[in-house]
Amino acid sequence: MGQEVLLQMTDISKEFPGVKALNHVSLTVKRGTVHALMGENGAGKSTLMKCLFGIYSKDSGHIYLDGKEVSFKNSKEAMENGVAMVHQELNQALKRNVMDNIWLGRYPTKGGLMVDEKKMYQDTKAIFDDLEINVDPHRIMSTIPVSQRQMVEIAKAVSFNSKILVFDEPTSSLTEEEVEHLFRIINMLRDRGVGIIYISHKMAEILRISDEITVMRDGCWVDTKPASELDMPTIIKLMVGRELGQQFPPKTNKPGETYLEVENLTAQYSLLRDVSFQARRGEIVGLAGLDGSGRTETLENIFGIATRKSGTIKLGGKVVKNRNSRESIKNGFALLTEERRATGIFGILNIRENTVISSLKKHLRAGIMLDEKSMRKDTQWSIDAMHTKTPSQETKIRSLSGGNQQKVILGRWLLTDPEVLLLDEPTRGIDVGAKYEIYQLIIDLANKGKTILMVSSEMPELLGVCDRILVMSGGRLAGEVDAKTTTQEEIMTLAAKYV
Amino acid sequence: MTNPIKNMQQKMADFQALDARDKKRAIGEGLINNAIYILLVIFVIYTYSRNPMFITTSSIVNIISLAAASMPIALGIGGCIVLTGTDLSAGRVVGLTAAISAAMLQAMDWGNRIFPNLPEMPIGVVILTVIIVGGIVGLVNGFFVAKFSLHPFIVTLATQLIVYGAILMFFMANGNNGQPLSGLSEKFKNFVTGTWFSIPTSSGKSVAVPWYVLYAIIMIIVMWFIWNKTTFGKNMFAVGSNMEAANVSGVNVFKTTVMVHTLAGCMYGITGFIESARIASNTANTGLNYECDAIAACVIGGVSFVGGTGKISGIVTGVLLLRIIFVALNFLSISGNMQYIIKGLIILIACSIDMRKYLVRK
Repeated sequence: MGQEVLLQMTDISKEFPGVKALNHVSLTVKRGTVHALMGENGAGKSTLMKCLFGIYSKDSGHIYLDGKEVSFKNSKEAMENGVAMVHQELNQALKRNVMDNIWLGRYPTKGGLMVDEKKMYQDTKAIFDDLEINVDPHRIMSTIPVSQRQMVEIAKAVSFNSKILVFDEPTSSLTEEEVEHLFRIINMLRDRGVGIIYISHKMAEILRISDEITVMRDGCWVDTKPASELDMPTIIKLMVGRELGQQFPPKTNKPGETYLEVENLTAQYSLLRDVSFQARRGEIVGLAGLDGSGRTETLENIFGIATRKSGTIKLGGKVVKNRNSRESIKNGFALLTEERRATGIFGILNIRENTVISSLKKHLRAGIMLDEKSMRKDTQWSIDAMHTKTPSQETKIRSLSGGNQQKVILGRWLLTDPEVLLLDEPTRGIDVGAKYEIYQLIIDLANKGKTILMVSSEMPELLGVCDRILVMSGGRLAGEVDAKTTTQEEIMTLAAKYV
Repeated sequence: MTNPIKNMQQKMADFQALDARDKKRAIGEGLINNAIYILLVIFVIYTYSRNPMFITTSSIVNIISLAAASMPIALGIGGCIVLTGTDLSAGRVVGLTAAISAAMLQAMDWGNRIFPNLPEMPIGVVILTVIIVGGIVGLVNGFFVAKFSLHPFIVTLATQLIVYGAILMFFMANGNNGQPLSGLSEKFKNFVTGTWFSIPTSSGKSVAVPWYVLYAIIMIIVMWFIWNKTTFGKNMFAVGSNMEAANVSGVNVFKTTVMVHTLAGCMYGITGFIESARIASNTANTGLNYECDAIAACVIGGVSFVGGTGKISGIVTGVLLLRIIFVALNFLSISGNMQYIIKGLIILIACSIDMRKYLVRK
């Protein structure tokens, strides 16, 4: 294995007004290795990468690629020089097909004028075959699942024949199976001599895939070590700068009497059929399964934003209809959606507006006027109760970190006094410290007698937080396991039952 | 409420803290973001230097009156833009409601009444009628936009044509044969264009401020209240910002969308009522292209097509700005043809400056 240095970033500094985003950070990536970059949100990982790609101009420092100093003006120039990136947030032309997305901006042409569709198809097919990706290049992006879109993005990055490939949280929307697939791809690229920078929050993944690990904290370089010399507690310690006792808070909730009963839930337009289960007050029920197994659909059908074909929902023995979101909210349901940016936040609106939107009725005076004071009070309650870090209530929500955005949305729902909380991937894209706080909030809610249904793709999270786990497969309920006694293997077996 | 003085001091302090290069940039940004206002000031000074009559009491009252006349339509269309939509039917709805107002309020002794047997109508009934007619068109717009997720551009393009057809048919009714509707009753004219109060000028004459300025002010207050203080207003901004999230959060997206368009329709009705008396002789082309000025005013005032943003104060500023420019062009004796080109350029520049604020800077 070649161990020569491929990319060297030395003494990179970047300052934004009031914040030192990068403070003399150095990073060295060797040919044919996977170099993991770790750190909490805001540690400076993304900023460092943006400096590499010329999206930000660095204040000081040097970047050497293959021994030559480089300074890319934009990501296009970087890609042309063999430095590509798979972004965490997909920016794809969803209305266009797969191959259009891959060759966007550099279409192969016939005679410099006409786009050579045939060549495009063949090239795409060749890359897909090489990477064992099973997607039809003619499919429209919006019709394929998010996880496959992610694979397309990866294929696009590979198609540049890059020397350096950066993966930014590539697995956040992938299922376990697809993660395996991604790792096969990464290993293959490594064997071809590509230098890979891998950014992720998931420790287990990092420890498995990487050769070297660099940890950053608060814009500073903390340590770089071979992965073989590190273990999870050490990394966490390096990342947070303190001992993080446990990954999960102690489970103190005590399930009470049966509260929510779902019988034979079948969806009109999705594959969901015949789902029946019960949940008790103060219980945290997990929903496990592969992507597309019907977990999200279950929540959406319960909440009434997807059309039900049949099935009944009972709350405390009484049938509730939940025909739309308003009715469900009135009945005491709340839904935290999977894609926070797309269906959770109102990016352009401020924290207060985001917080009170579901409980505006409470603030009505004389049936027409909204009471500014009481809205401010509720928002403050939410900020305090959720420990949201925000400069003010007037701050636009999109300027907060993912974890804090999630807290605002959770606060929004708590203000509707829900009895049943449907949480879809509540900790997706949130850093370790904030995850712990979200877990604590969930357990606190269960302690108050709320019924919680939680979908997650991260199995340790389900095992650590839930009382019971329902495993879904192919739109059906494949089984139910006790979170205390089950294993990941048992869940995976059930998840594959109807596939 | 945040203290505006403290706010300003904070901003100054922030500015002082920047280094020379960033300071330069901050000034540049400030200039670009306020370019439209800066250009306006220069333009006003220029116009004044060429024609001092531009800044006199009567000229200013004239500008305010003209702005007041086009205020309700802009206030209505603003809501559609907050929802990332638009409304092309606005001008024609103004035309239709203007025709209806005129027909219902022709003087009893006018020889050429379109409906000779119509008894004398109370003004309240007429206002209610035009609000309902405008509201119905808005309701139709809103229904198709919300129910079938059609783009408002398409829906209102269609209703624009339909309403125009209705106007033409209306003017053919009862053997009227397309003649303009005039001979409005004194009562109607006084109600709208009569003198609210007079401002004495140095030359001894006094300048009358018409009643419809007051109506525009009332509309501004009502709309400000609706946008800022009601559940409907908050929901409107939520839907405009992120429709999917609004639905999940329990906002009735359908109802909100329909209501925004209906409210807009009602506003066009009021504009039609005022225009009818103001113009005095209504033709089938009354209200033509009014929506363009209204949309331009909204955009200049910061109601952005990205959705979810906008303020009533912005719309008011936008309408005033546009009016000042139009009147100034007249004072400079610039030909009507040229004025269209200038209008177009203003809209282009204003939109560019507006969108620039929402570009993600890297």
